[in-house]
Amino acid sequence: MKQYKHHTLSVLVENKAGVLSRIAGLFARRGFNIYSLAVAPTDDQKFSQITIVVDVQSAPLEQITKQLFKLINVVKISELDPATSCEYELILAKINAPGNNRASIIELVQLFGGKIVDIGISQLTVMLADSPTKVDDFEALLEPYGIIEVQRTGRVALAKQETSSAKLRSISGKVS
Amino acid sequence: MELTGAQALIKSLEAQGVEVIFGIPGGAILPVYDPLIDSPLRHILVRHEQGAGHMAEGYAHVSGRPGVAMVTSGPAATNIVTALADAYMDSIPMVCITGQVALGSIGTDAFQEADTTGITMSVTKHNWLVTSAQDIPRIIKEAFHVATTGRPGPVLVDIPKDVSNQLMQWYWPDEVDMPGYKPTVKGHPKMIKQAAKLILEAKKPVIYAGGGIIRAGASDQLKTLAELISSPVATTLMGRGCFPDEHELAMGMPGMHGTYTAVTAIQKADLLIALGVRFDDRVTGKISSFAPNAKVIHVDIDPAELGKVRHPEVPIVGDVGYVLTELIKEIKNLEKKQDQSDKSAWLKQIKDWQIRFPLTYDKEQTKVIKPQFVVETLSANTPEDTIVVSGVGQHQMFATQYWKFNRPNQWVNSGGLGTMGFAIPAAIGAKVANPSAMVWAIDGDGCFQMTAQELVTASSEKIPIKVAILNNAYLGMVRQWQEMFYEERYSEVYLSPDLPDYVKWAEAMGCVGFRVESPDEVAIVIEKANAINDRPVVIDFRTDSSEKVYPMVPSGASNDDIVVDPSQGQGGM
Ligand SMILES: Cc1ncc(C[n+]2csc(CCOP(=O)(O)OP(=O)(O)O)c2C)c(N)n1
Ligand SMILES: [Mg+2]
Repeated sequence: MKQYKHHTLSVLVENKAGVLSRIAGLFARRGFNIYSLAVAPTDDQKFSQITIVVDVQSAPLEQITKQLFKLINVVKISELDPATSCEYELILAKINAPGNNRASIIELVQLFGGKIVDIGISQLTVMLADSPTKVDDFEALLEPYGIIEVQRTGRVALAKQETSSAKLRSISGKVS
Repeated sequence: MELTGAQALIKSLEAQGVEVIFGIPGGAILPVYDPLIDSPLRHILVRHEQGAGHMAEGYAHVSGRPGVAMVTSGPAATNIVTALADAYMDSIPMVCITGQVALGSIGTDAFQEADTTGITMSVTKHNWLVTSAQDIPRIIKEAFHVATTGRPGPVLVDIPKDVSNQLMQWYWPDEVDMPGYKPTVKGHPKMIKQAAKLILEAKKPVIYAGGGIIRAGASDQLKTLAELISSPVATTLMGRGCFPDEHELAMGMPGMHGTYTAVTAIQKADLLIALGVRFDDRVTGKISSFAPNAKVIHVDIDPAELGKVRHPEVPIVGDVGYVLTELIKEIKNLEKKQDQSDKSAWLKQIKDWQIRFPLTYDKEQTKVIKPQFVVETLSANTPEDTIVVSGVGQHQMFATQYWKFNRPNQWVNSGGLGTMGFAIPAAIGAKVANPSAMVWAIDGDGCFQMTAQELVTASSEKIPIKVAILNNAYLGMVRQWQEMFYEERYSEVYLSPDLPDYVKWAEAMGCVGFRVESPDEVAIVIEKANAINDRPVVIDFRTDSSEKVYPMVPSGASNDDIVVDPSQGQGGM
């Protein structure tokens, strides 16, 4: 897989109709690339949290965050540094697993701390929730067995507790 | 008090201080047009929704207040998209209200359904689809707030027909609650200090001032700054009039068709003080060679403009009027300790360029009418506070080059989007905003044919604008490019001088029509037109088809490669 320069933005948005389409539209219109995107409600039902992994080869991160911030429904943007944040991603993969391969796939899943979530006659569906790099490795190691279908969630992230306040670069509320 | 959504909408517009709506009714907006009958709001019935949009823009350009347009769903909403895009590019405050099919029908391809909020998302600052009549006052308040604060722009409120008919309990919110929208007005004091320091050190400063100065009402501060630091000033197409052309520090417009002096001074400057501008490609030419020796101070209310095109040494986010006031104080403070650099050599250099390379054209010509001559004659024979509106093309460039602008909000044009057909409706909106001022639209024959029908609106509503068509029988600007860059291979640019017959057409629309075919008639007919105040006037000026706009920086070229009028020799720097 080609390596891009990725940055993770954690974006707090007002929970209004069309927010996601405003964000997607903005990225498309300005030629910014989204690598992955995950949306979820927050504990306050007025807001949702969006984790966007952006490819900063398409545009400087600063321009991306500033343009994002111009969206009226975007309330807060934090850039999460991988060193000081917990980043997780989930992968589901359907693997070709005839009798002779089955044991080694199961062993691989166990080594990674993943799960077998569905068992068929000649296929297994496996799952892993871990850091994006672990998930990458897992997927690469499954590859030789024959991946029939794969689905990844895109990453979600939160700043780490102890060191978060110092390193979390928060870009707050200034926009027109 | 119980009201229908439609009544609440009209009452909200009244509460917001709206005085006029430009619009045209239809199915989905019908409920709103009923309470309009009983409202003091003035409604101007347009002939095409694009016209309503440009009228709202013209109104906003001149008054500084948001223009309001109201149209129905589907084709009406799509018709106004051009005007929204235009207002978005030029940061013009505008509120557009559209009817929508009933909530339950949305998504079913109902009659006259269009995804209006989806379509306009990228050409509005924000838009709203109203899903309950109870929300109407709040959303209208928010819409006006967003349109007029921060970097101004167009917004759209889409109201389904059944929501207009729903009952609601009337209220008027005291304030808006928008957690994601808090524009920064005050510039950062540390940045302002840094800017002052750079300014005192600069030997060859240029102020590059744009539409932001006009939107912020900061012309006085700009003049104070320029005089305080003896800096020459270039005013962009959107900023024309924000600094008086007659001022000795004025250099005119920078960019593709800017003056030699403005373009060259920026190229040679050691400091560029960029105020309410966005480094548009029509100004910068090839960006890598734009103002190569200059440090940049960039003041703008939109943080995303800072560093978008050119990295500024000193970025200042804030209202340019506020920032300039603080900056002037800071410079005066600093001057107590430190002298300004001597700028006499720089100012002498500027004068020298102005003398060697003024704007020029063949003034000896007595047979054909030069378009520049029409603009000069108009500028000289109209009151000081005349509002000038233009279309897009050569005539627009001649208008901005040869009119002497001495005040803000006097020049109305489509800068960023370059929308042909802008002039007539925008002039109508301008005249509605300022009925006592004379309003002249300087239009091209091509542009005129795009929106001329709004002169019917002007006649029936007694809005006596004046129109000068610089009729060169061509899509002149395109013709110029084909002549210069496509070896004179003219492709689909000829329009004909007399098809249509502009005088008859004007008369059919309730206007007075004149035709002018020789230079000695120009001033005489302008005087005649100036004397008519009870209806619109259209003058068909038959101008030289072969005239070109100079100077010109060819598209994509460096500003160093500026081409001047052939009579001035080679140009370049
Ligand atoms: C809506 C729209 N369509 C096309 C263009 C491209 N265009 C730019 S200038 C121009 C010619 C304008 O002709 P006219 O109004 O006669 O003005 P002139 O240049 O002759 O003064 C054209 C076609 C445009 N700017 N806007
Ligand atoms: Mg023409």
